[in-house]
Amino acid sequence: MNFLIQASYFAAAVLFILGLKRMASPRTAASGIRWAGVGMVVAVLATFFYPDLHNVGLMVVGIVVGGALAWVSGKRVAMTDMPQMVALYNGMGGGAAGAIAAVELYSGNAVAHGTGIAALAVLGGVIGAVSFSGSGIAFAKLQGWMKKSWSMPMHHIINGILFVFIVVIGIGLMTAEQPSPFWITVFFLLALFVGVTITTPIGGADMPVVISLYNALTGLAVGFEGFVLGNAAMIIAGTVVGAAGTLLTLLMAKAMNRSLANVLFSGFGADDGTESDGPTGTMKSVEASDAAITMSYAAKVIIVPGYGMAVAQAQHKLWEFVQMLTKADVEVKFAIHPVAGRMPGHMNVLLAEAGVPYDVIFDLDEINEEFAQADAALVIGANDVVNPAARTNESSPIYGMPILNVDHAREVFVIKRGKGTGFSGVENELFFGENTQMVFGDAKEVCNSMVTGLKEL
Amino acid sequence: MTPELALTGFVALYIFMLAAFTGYEIIGKVPAILHTPLMSGSNFVHGIVLVGAMVALGHADTVVGQVIGFVGVVLAAGNAVGGYVVTERMLEMFKSSKD
Repeated sequence: MNFLIQASYFAAAVLFILGLKRMASPRTAASGIRWAGVGMVVAVLATFFYPDLHNVGLMVVGIVVGGALAWVSGKRVAMTDMPQMVALYNGMGGGAAGAIAAVELYSGNAVAHGTGIAALAVLGGVIGAVSFSGSGIAFAKLQGWMKKSWSMPMHHIINGILFVFIVVIGIGLMTAEQPSPFWITVFFLLALFVGVTITTPIGGADMPVVISLYNALTGLAVGFEGFVLGNAAMIIAGTVVGAAGTLLTLLMAKAMNRSLANVLFSGFGADDGTESDGPTGTMKSVEASDAAITMSYAAKVIIVPGYGMAVAQAQHKLWEFVQMLTKADVEVKFAIHPVAGRMPGHMNVLLAEAGVPYDVIFDLDEINEEFAQADAALVIGANDVVNPAARTNESSPIYGMPILNVDHAREVFVIKRGKGTGFSGVENELFFGENTQMVFGDAKEVCNSMVTGLKEL
Repeated sequence: MTPELALTGFVALYIFMLAAFTGYEIIGKVPAILHTPLMSGSNFVHGIVLVGAMVALGHADTVVGQVIGFVGVVLAAGNAVGGYVVTERMLEMFKSSKD
């Protein structure tokens, strides 16, 4: 029986790695998640054959309750709300890792296996608890339950002091003969609290990086608890996710031209924009139907979507418009900035939902040179990622960030709800450019008017 | 023999190192277009914590242990099932224009 359990865990670990590898290519991605899913089912079924397993009834109830809630919410959520759902499910995993650590510490099992194992239990516990409460805050922010960024006076100093407390208590727990339940409880409560205070000051624009970081941390916590339980499947899966997630987090921070420390501690994304020396001049505005007709006579149009498209759910109407352009022999390409939207690849997911094939969608590096040959660029709900100030204005907070060179196109149309600034709070010179015309309005309504405009032609 | 593997000292370190490199290599080759699904997919994979939560609950013999273990199982099942559902929904939509 033990052989069977070990063999199942081994198979699961192989399936997880192969599944993740398949998810790395658009062609095989959909099968990748199924491979990993098979691995999960195999590992969970095998676990029921553990010797001396009590509370099996409770176990089944827990799996059914947790699974059913997640199934229903996961099926119902709109594609635009995916980022916060990933945050939510990730937080649950972190909470589970923390719970394992708590059970093993309260029962004294972790300490009985020696200081090394006890240390891993404590580490995994604190990381899991921080990931749990931190992901919860990230979810609340993206869901719009928590609008403001909140910070205490001397926020980072207080966090630092709390962190020192956690380290001291943690060392006490792992070296004690039998750690006291009181201090274990204090330890976990402090960790949960720090998860909240780390996350509240970070602005919504930086949430993708934070969610990715918590995803990596949960993986690490799961790996550590795997060592505590001597569970090979948890060790492999958790460590692989920890490493992959860390790299992904760094890639995302790099795409924003910021260091991870800067994202976590500067509170930059929380600014509501107090720049005063913005560009001067007037914005020219144009009717949606006129913009549509101009584009239908172009040879090449590049579309740059941003968060505004996601909020307005404009992707379907936009694709309808693009198909009409294609019929009129216009070459249309989509250009995606690495940090457009609220997660890397957020825009790709939305466009895919609307039915846009992935081979007309291009990354920044692939397409940036082509703007110079484009007759028109259509910016729909994107702002900071197309701001030329990132190239030219050294005093700008976004200076140095790679941007899409939309202003190099012959004509630029910008669909925008109002005259406000982007998430960084920086005025965008692009909107005042000589070849730029603004189409004010909700992205979906504008796309609708553009479609009608072409139909009436 | 029990299902627990005694992974301590350098053996544990070797496994940790090799698994970490594996994770690093996997993501190193992913196009940006798949970053969100991949984050979601890796979020599903650490749902394997369910297995550990089951073992922790299964071996808990105090009420406190059972309560925390039960909460752990509920949360872990949510991680695994929710992670799978949203990842599959996202990946289902990736189609080539040649299909």
